[in-house]
Amino acid sequence: MNATVLKKIRVAVSLLFFLFTISLFLDYRNILPPSVYSKVLFLQFIPSFIKFISIAGLGAIGFIVILLLTLFSGRVYCSSICPLGTLQDIVSFVSRKMKKRKKKRREFLRYEKEKNWWRYSFFALAVIPFLGGTILFINLLDPYSSFGKISAHLFRPLLIMVNNSIAFLFEKMNLYIVYPFEYKGIEVFSFSLALAIFLLVVYLSFTKGRLYCNTVCPVGTLLGLVSRYSFVKIAVDEKSCKSCGICERVCKSNCIDTKKKTVDFDRCVACFNCFDVCPTDGMKFDYGFSSSSKKNQQNREETRVSEREEQVSHSKRNFLFNTLVYAVGLTGITLSQIKITPKKESKVAVFRKNPVTPPGSQSRNNFTQNCTSCHLCVSVCPTQVLQPAYLEYGLLGMFQPRMDFQTGFCNFECKRCGDVCPTSAISPISLEEKKLKQLGKAKFVKDNCIVNTENTDCGACSEHCPTKAVNMVPYKNKLVIPEVKDEFCIGCGACEFACPTKPYKAIYVEGNPKHLTAKINKEKKIEQKVDYKEEFPF
Amino acid sequence: MDRRKFIKAGLFTSSALALGNYTNIYPYLASSLSSDYDLVAIKGGEPEVMFDKAIASLGGMKNFVKKNQKVVIKPNIGWDVKPELAANTNPKLVTRIIKHCFDAGAKDVYVFDHTCDNWNRCYSNSGIEKAVKDAGGKIVSGESESYYQQVDVKKGKRLTSSKVHELILESDVFINVPILKHHGGGKITVGMKNLMGVVWDRGYWHRNDLHQCIADFATFKKPDLNIVDAYLVMKRNGPRGVSAEDVITLKSQIISTDIVAADAAAAKLFGIELTDVPYINYADELKVGKKDLNKLNINRIIL
Repeated sequence: MNATVLKKIRVAVSLLFFLFTISLFLDYRNILPPSVYSKVLFLQFIPSFIKFISIAGLGAIGFIVILLLTLFSGRVYCSSICPLGTLQDIVSFVSRKMKKRKKKRREFLRYEKEKNWWRYSFFALAVIPFLGGTILFINLLDPYSSFGKISAHLFRPLLIMVNNSIAFLFEKMNLYIVYPFEYKGIEVFSFSLALAIFLLVVYLSFTKGRLYCNTVCPVGTLLGLVSRYSFVKIAVDEKSCKSCGICERVCKSNCIDTKKKTVDFDRCVACFNCFDVCPTDGMKFDYGFSSSSKKNQQNREETRVSEREEQVSHSKRNFLFNTLVYAVGLTGITLSQIKITPKKESKVAVFRKNPVTPPGSQSRNNFTQNCTSCHLCVSVCPTQVLQPAYLEYGLLGMFQPRMDFQTGFCNFECKRCGDVCPTSAISPISLEEKKLKQLGKAKFVKDNCIVNTENTDCGACSEHCPTKAVNMVPYKNKLVIPEVKDEFCIGCGACEFACPTKPYKAIYVEGNPKHLTAKINKEKKIEQKVDYKEEFPF
Repeated sequence: MDRRKFIKAGLFTSSALALGNYTNIYPYLASSLSSDYDLVAIKGGEPEVMFDKAIASLGGMKNFVKKNQKVVIKPNIGWDVKPELAANTNPKLVTRIIKHCFDAGAKDVYVFDHTCDNWNRCYSNSGIEKAVKDAGGKIVSGESESYYQQVDVKKGKRLTSSKVHELILESDVFINVPILKHHGGGKITVGMKNLMGVVWDRGYWHRNDLHQCIADFATFKKPDLNIVDAYLVMKRNGPRGVSAEDVITLKSQIISTDIVAADAAAAKLFGIELTDVPYINYADELKVGKKDLNKLNINRIIL
């Protein structure tokens, strides 16, 4: 096959994956059917891996497919499936277009030595704490989840802003075709993190191509190690190569050394740019362990040995650093007692001991161990009740979503978060099951309640309660006051959201560390005979 | 013939005029009939049939909607539940009202509610979004603070200002279409309580004597027409309801230009004493309307 076609295919496939993935995050109107989500995200490496180790099943073998693909032909995941990779390619593309002067363009990309110290440190940072039970660093480093956070906290608000501006213009013309979206999810920490990752990725790809993928990204490092054993490898054909260096200048991974006529296939993201530009057919595929492949390998080994001395001196520091990280992972610094509201007006300060996790997450443990905080659920939640946590799950659960009953409450008829979650943090459950899934229990704080303090009717909590676990019962002076029946409560937070007291709520949901099942609030059919011929009672 | 007999006979003839389908024979008749009724109560038919008859007895929609006017209809679309649970206004009734508005020459008919559950889901699962679109009306979101304008409620005791949806402020005709149902804090919800869905901050009302605020807001804006849907009535667990077991089929409807009278009649229909619904009494005191049904000219129609 003509190898230049490969580049075109790669570009097309990567753009397809990119557009599909980003549209999942931008779908704030919930237009896409939930079934699309699992199909698009099936191949995302880390989510699939996490899903596999907690619930092995056919739906979770995406990462195995990727490993096999890598074993066959190198880091195809990096070149065309990873959305963060494609984002970098887009930036590089723009960067190349902007560098008008030939000289600058020539200097944009060229062979660089691998940065193994960085690479394996980041890799260890992701892997070792994870073995110790801490997923935080994977969450910070997984390229898909990073792309998710960037989409959820930068691209999505941007789109909503555009939408709302258009809606505003239409409204002025008395047209109500486009609706403004009431965006409630400005979460400073997640926004800052997303912005930081975005700036880092943009900077690196603008100046150095895919440097991020070969230094920071643990998936890149892992697939790089796997690709050493790939059946098909890209290599330089020593006979045809004239060492002109054109390929070096299009190599996003800076991994072709034209002087030595080698390709560092660990770092190669299989973009086929080199094939596309080579004027002399100097690039070729090596199959299996053919001699030239070994030659290439040998050349590489020599370079490695010379670089190793440098590495050794770092190994002790590396070890200490990793031990520290591991220790942090084990202790699990927690800080879950968070004040619900900061000001003082209603008297009794209310603290929530346990944060509330979304329906389908089964338990706090299951959720925090399996969530890579890609914020896809945060993006699709129609009521915006799902918001990234700050310290509610402790330091190590930062950025993982929680039910925030200040911004919204869980819609009784909705289970979208479970349908879209690419890991097993939130499992898909049936609507019937969801309606009985008890995420927590409502706690009534009588001393804060309007009915008690003001002696006026309110009932906002009971009004919103979908199961009538919060019921209004007689109080003094013909008033009615809420009463909670735990067994019917599902912890959806409608009561807490609706409660009008400030700053502390008179009713709030205390999370169940392990989700329970509520009872069905079954009442007999209301009995009233209606005679349609009877006179009106007035 | 004594006076009582005379009135009865008068009522009989006028209702016969209104009820009989004379509009086909004399199409101008219905519109030219201006009505003296303060309130029409009707029962025993389907929502759209009852509305046809009831509005005809008030002189037809032409008495309320003039040519090229902009109409806003405010049903109750507060909850993400199916129509059979009777938490939202009957979609068939909404369709019929919109049709009448267009027949009367309305230029645009807008429908919205500031919902409690997620608005997209409320609009679609209540069946009202489809009902509005089918009838040629425009369904508008209530879920954005940018739509709401600050207004003063001059006669309010507790509620002195509020942010109100611009459609309520800008439209020529305001038609309030509540559904009658049980309500935890408000005891029952009908016309005045339904107006909570045209303001942005409902929490303020709950904090500052709900019943007084409901009455206060009614002093700011009296709908031109109140159409109370009491076809399916939620008798307990309101205003959201738990299941269809909470609902009875009452097959009734009340129409009035007086929101307090409509609420008072609806309360009687529901089977609750007026003294148990404070906001109706407060509104009567604020002279928003009349709660004393004996002083009103009521057209009672049983199909």
